[in-house]
Amino acid sequence: MNVIGKPRRRVDGRAKVTGQTRFADDLALPRMLFGKLLRSPHPHALIRAVETSAARAAPGVHLVLTGADFPIAYGIMPVSQDEHALCRDRVRYVGDPVAAVIATSERAAADAAALVRVEYEPLATIASPEEALQTAEPRIHDYGPAGNIHRLAHLAFGDVDAALAGADRVFEDVFFYEGSTHLPLEQHAAVAAVDPDGRLTLWSSTQTPHYVHRELARALDLPAHAIRVVATPNGGGFGGKSDPFNHEIVAAKAALLTGRPVKITLTREEVFYAHRGRHPVLMRLKTGVQSDGTIVAMDLETLLDGGAYGSYGPASTLYTGQLQTVTYRVPRYRFRACRTFTNKPACGPKRGHGTPQPRFAQEVQLDKIASALGRDPADLRLQQLAPANALTANWLSIGSMGLGPCIERVVEGSAWRERHGKLPFGQGLGLACSSYLCGAGLPIYWNELPHSGVQLQLDRSGRVTAFCGATEIGQGSDDVLAAIVAEVLGLEAADVRLVTGDTDLTPVDLGSYSSRVTLMMGNAAIQAAERAKALLAEAAALKLGVPAERLAFAERRVFDVERPETGLTFQEAVVAAEARHGTLGTTGSYRPPRGAARYRGGGVGPSAAYSYTAAVVEVEVDPATGWVRVPKVWIGHDIGRVLNPVLARGQVEGGVYMGLGEALMEEQSFRRLPPRLSAALVHKIPSLLEYKSLTSLEMPEVVTYFVEEPDANGPFGAKEVGQGPLLPIAPAVANAVFDAVGVRVDEVPLTPDRVLAALEAMAKGKPGRVGPAAFPAVPWPEPTVVPPPWEGGDGKAADERAPSRDVLPTHHSGTSGVRV
Amino acid sequence: MRAPDFRYRRARSVAEAARALADGGPGAMVLAGGTDLVPNLKRRQQTPGLLIGIRHLRELRRVRNGTGLELGSARLLAEIAADRKIARTYPALARAAGLVATPQIRNMGTLGGNLCLDTRCTYYNQSYEWRQAIGFCMKAPAATGGRACAAPSGDAVCWVATSSPRCWAVSSSDTAPALIALGARITLVSSEGARDLALEELYADDGMSYLAKRPDEILTAVRLPPADAGWRSTYWKLRRRGSFDFPILSVAAAVRLDGDGTVRDARVVLGAVASRPVLVPESARLVGGRLEDGAIEAFAEAAAAHARPMDNTDLALAWRKKMARRYLAGALREIARG
Amino acid sequence: MTDARSHGRTDARKRLARGHRGTRAPEDGAIRLALTVNGEPREALVAGYKTLLEVLREDLGLTGTKHGCELGECGACAVLVDGKPVLSCLLLAVELGGAHVTTVEGLAAGPALSALQAAFADRGAAQCGYCTPGILVTAQALLEKNPRPSREEIAAALAGNLCRCTGYLQIFEAVEQAAGTRARGHGGTREAAAGAGGTGGTGGGQ
Repeated sequence: MNVIGKPRRRVDGRAKVTGQTRFADDLALPRMLFGKLLRSPHPHALIRAVETSAARAAPGVHLVLTGADFPIAYGIMPVSQDEHALCRDRVRYVGDPVAAVIATSERAAADAAALVRVEYEPLATIASPEEALQTAEPRIHDYGPAGNIHRLAHLAFGDVDAALAGADRVFEDVFFYEGSTHLPLEQHAAVAAVDPDGRLTLWSSTQTPHYVHRELARALDLPAHAIRVVATPNGGGFGGKSDPFNHEIVAAKAALLTGRPVKITLTREEVFYAHRGRHPVLMRLKTGVQSDGTIVAMDLETLLDGGAYGSYGPASTLYTGQLQTVTYRVPRYRFRACRTFTNKPACGPKRGHGTPQPRFAQEVQLDKIASALGRDPADLRLQQLAPANALTANWLSIGSMGLGPCIERVVEGSAWRERHGKLPFGQGLGLACSSYLCGAGLPIYWNELPHSGVQLQLDRSGRVTAFCGATEIGQGSDDVLAAIVAEVLGLEAADVRLVTGDTDLTPVDLGSYSSRVTLMMGNAAIQAAERAKALLAEAAALKLGVPAERLAFAERRVFDVERPETGLTFQEAVVAAEARHGTLGTTGSYRPPRGAARYRGGGVGPSAAYSYTAAVVEVEVDPATGWVRVPKVWIGHDIGRVLNPVLARGQVEGGVYMGLGEALMEEQSFRRLPPRLSAALVHKIPSLLEYKSLTSLEMPEVVTYFVEEPDANGPFGAKEVGQGPLLPIAPAVANAVFDAVGVRVDEVPLTPDRVLAALEAMAKGKPGRVGPAAFPAVPWPEPTVVPPPWEGGDGKAADERAPSRDVLPTHHSGTSGVRV
Repeated sequence: MRAPDFRYRRARSVAEAARALADGGPGAMVLAGGTDLVPNLKRRQQTPGLLIGIRHLRELRRVRNGTGLELGSARLLAEIAADRKIARTYPALARAAGLVATPQIRNMGTLGGNLCLDTRCTYYNQSYEWRQAIGFCMKAPAATGGRACAAPSGDAVCWVATSSPRCWAVSSSDTAPALIALGARITLVSSEGARDLALEELYADDGMSYLAKRPDEILTAVRLPPADAGWRSTYWKLRRRGSFDFPILSVAAAVRLDGDGTVRDARVVLGAVASRPVLVPESARLVGGRLEDGAIEAFAEAAAAHARPMDNTDLALAWRKKMARRYLAGALREIARG
Repeated sequence: MTDARSHGRTDARKRLARGHRGTRAPEDGAIRLALTVNGEPREALVAGYKTLLEVLREDLGLTGTKHGCELGECGACAVLVDGKPVLSCLLLAVELGGAHVTTVEGLAAGPALSALQAAFADRGAAQCGYCTPGILVTAQALLEKNPRPSREEIAAALAGNLCRCTGYLQIFEAVEQAAGTRARGHGGTREAAAGAGGTGGTGGGQ
């Protein structure tokens, strides 16, 4: 390996340190106009009338758009086509856009937006899942199984009740994981223009240009081939730029109507409204164990606060349970989930999509089990790791599985065995583990097409250009692409030119979400590069009189491995190949292997590979204040293979950082005013000052261990690193707080008031625990019963005839259903 | 997020600034560091038609050492935090200045600006559109936004305490409690002349009219009495993060001890628990005794009663109230240790 | 109902009628601004309400300086004015005549990256790159004042710059590398490791 595994400056590093990376809001086009969205001040209301004449007459105004201009619904998933670029008849949260003003300057647009008069008829509001369950009317949407329930799931893998009845001990806890938002430093922005040939181009800060492309075509009723979407480098995404957004569609429509470029940049406050962040999830987890702590069955219920729109919700709902089986052996498993609509910005995928919440529940409960049974938490986990190359109870196929070494490394590094349970009062260590996908096994919309495509173009100058729809959001996808092509062709990463994230120029890649890019794009890149290598090798072999099998590609040369001085420069090899084969170009594509799960709901969870993580967090808790400080974190991550250690470590440390933010302070919280005086329901703190994120002064020392268990499905064995390392942090913090001061905080964030409340309760002889008290009654549907692999069956539901209860109407014809 | 239109006048002297301010009436404001005012302009919390620039005036940037210390009001917070003499003689001030916001903001923000900092509230420090969604509040009614609007009106309400006739926005200055503890006096200049008053007299217990100065007066200087041997001071600040955040509780303490550890003078001030800094009257009870654990605890318990935090800043209000006692005791213990 | 601009004009007329003597900005509120940016004198006619951030990005074409909040709450827009890191989103253009401004575009000498820029690129200190310009200029000012800062001094100097990608540690290391307080070379100190059960080494912030 010449490139893979070597620490290296990322290929886009120079642009980033010189300020030359062109983010969406950095684009300026001649005659460009600026748009501003007018947003609803009401959390829930019917729109009775929209009067725009004063705004149209205001200085500098070129166009005013309303919901009437956007008759077609869209949404990221075929089963949640419940959004309009501008609201037509109803607003569903404070911040829902109702009109847009396009003017000669951003301020002129904002000033004129204030002149739009909207007549609203306020409706009762729903602020929480509990309220949603209790409030059948008014419905926030007219679809879903009932009232304000958006999705219900009930999956049973074996007879869980029987297993629990036979367990030595059953542990039951209720946990709450607060919602949080991505908070990318870059505010979303989009620029739309009509090109000289009359076609529409949208440049946008998006993680998913392909999905934006599809939804733009749908919402504007244009053929997709007449639209070009270019994903500009994202100034951070973390999942927050994975949906098609109102401002993108409005900018595009406005460019079409005015014939001029139109830019819309969201303010920071509007980014909080765009949201699609971490769902607040209430969880009840019941686990039956043998006397040594070996799990015999797990029963999980989750209740998600979905906010006002569907977004990725159908997938999020299933993610709050489907990955609970891949870390430890779980012989039988039941999972029930309910996502509700509320009058708040829509939740969606944030780093770890749906899984940090149940992971918190599971890992904190395991710590309680270890404590109750007198077992060491590390040993309790090590004794029941899910096996490699095997199926789980819910029919997920695990390949490589390096969680054991991850645990061993962090245990050793933190001197866990000498220190856990033995530190002075106020200091503690906590351990937690996790796993994450390397790309969702299925696309957002059902199809049999590649998930990622790469094209290579080579010419006589020696130039190699790689084209791929993948999107650089800071995680280093461009660097992965260049490194893999360079490795195969014997070049340096910086030799490879890249064209990415452009639907006109690049083959489709589904986008930078679900930690899919390294594995999927990487495999496509290997295929394309190997094909190019074969073309070059054939030509070089003829030229050199050496069998092609004996040729090696390294150091920008193609040479005989037995006589390395016999060879061609890379450029000479390309010239020979172009002469022999004509114009050179190759393609590669990738589609994940078909999963074993055949039941409805089994579309969420399967992946070509799973990464594994273990973390030990050290805390210092001030018992007088409840303040939790984190001085040090040890984290081991099974990454399969490290492609670029500099970037891989950055992903781990960034994950630790964001996990600590969620554990200690980040909260997407809302405020309702006294109902007798006001119907307001607003985001409490939509600002970078009051939405608390860690500064340079809160970041602990982090010791990172990479466990490299190459996975047969990964490019060079590589697995993901962008999301998994976030997952164990919050439960490890909670477990460390228990080790430090003996109290259980069964909810995040672990704010000092909560820790102190638990300490005070304990001092009064009450249980030293804070957290939710109860899980409400949810009208669970009949279960989909699927026997686990070891109880027979074939991955299908026992009763395949059971009709699905909540197939949603799709609001637009031509949409195939998605299997989620 | 764009600022509204305004006129700007760069003053050539304090006297000229004072005249312009008087002439400008209620629509005029002085602009120094801008770190408080400019965000408020963008959010339309304040929409002055005329800004009078004073940050560049040399007479406001002076430092005079004599008996005590005189600081011009346009001294930067970063300069005060980095001043070794201040750190030695008035450690509470150096620490408070060094804990304001962020390094960049301390390079812009002035001492006078921090002393005149607008009171803060999570119902108030929001965009015009956000405040429209709650129907505004008494501190910033709809009309001040510059955009008339048909929203339901909360113009007469304080959402923090809805039956209250007054506004409960919070005094969030770091340097004010420190300087009050240190016995600072200030100079206010208007077109009619100058006047001198104790800093604590600058503040009123009202979130809206939080400064007991006339709108046409400019705070020009802060004077500290000599801190001869025996004076010790400190400043404790509670907030979520080590940077950026305004205080959600602060304790400033200045104590003079004689050779045998007897307290000769004591001034303890609570910040961020009311609409003005609270000079704790029980401070006097410390005089004549020693800073021993029992005395400190008794004092802290009594003094904490003056902390009446409301639900309009970060973190839980009940917890913040508990912290008052702990921070009071902690600050005094630090002083006792020397 | 009026918009802010016309409202502002109405106010201005009323104030003038009351005899106020402010310097009325030229037509449409535009002002002529002359300042030195990255060593070059620049002049522009800009809207009078604009901040330095808006002037740099929109009127001078220097989009390297970013915005994350426009309210002084993130540090993304930091630039050096007369050598000190300040927030360009809070500086009104009307006050800036004659100022010397350094932006990220002014850090490199010609085509060569500065030591700090090279260290940021090599050490993984820039992931998405959006907070990077503000952090670079702030760190540059630190190194000019304190050429060999400790880890604590670096963290304190950068405490006004939020980063959502890196967790800050590789940023600290890059500043240390540029200051020569950390060995040169790349950030990854992963030990050679291969095969099943092989584990990599550490790269911890020390």
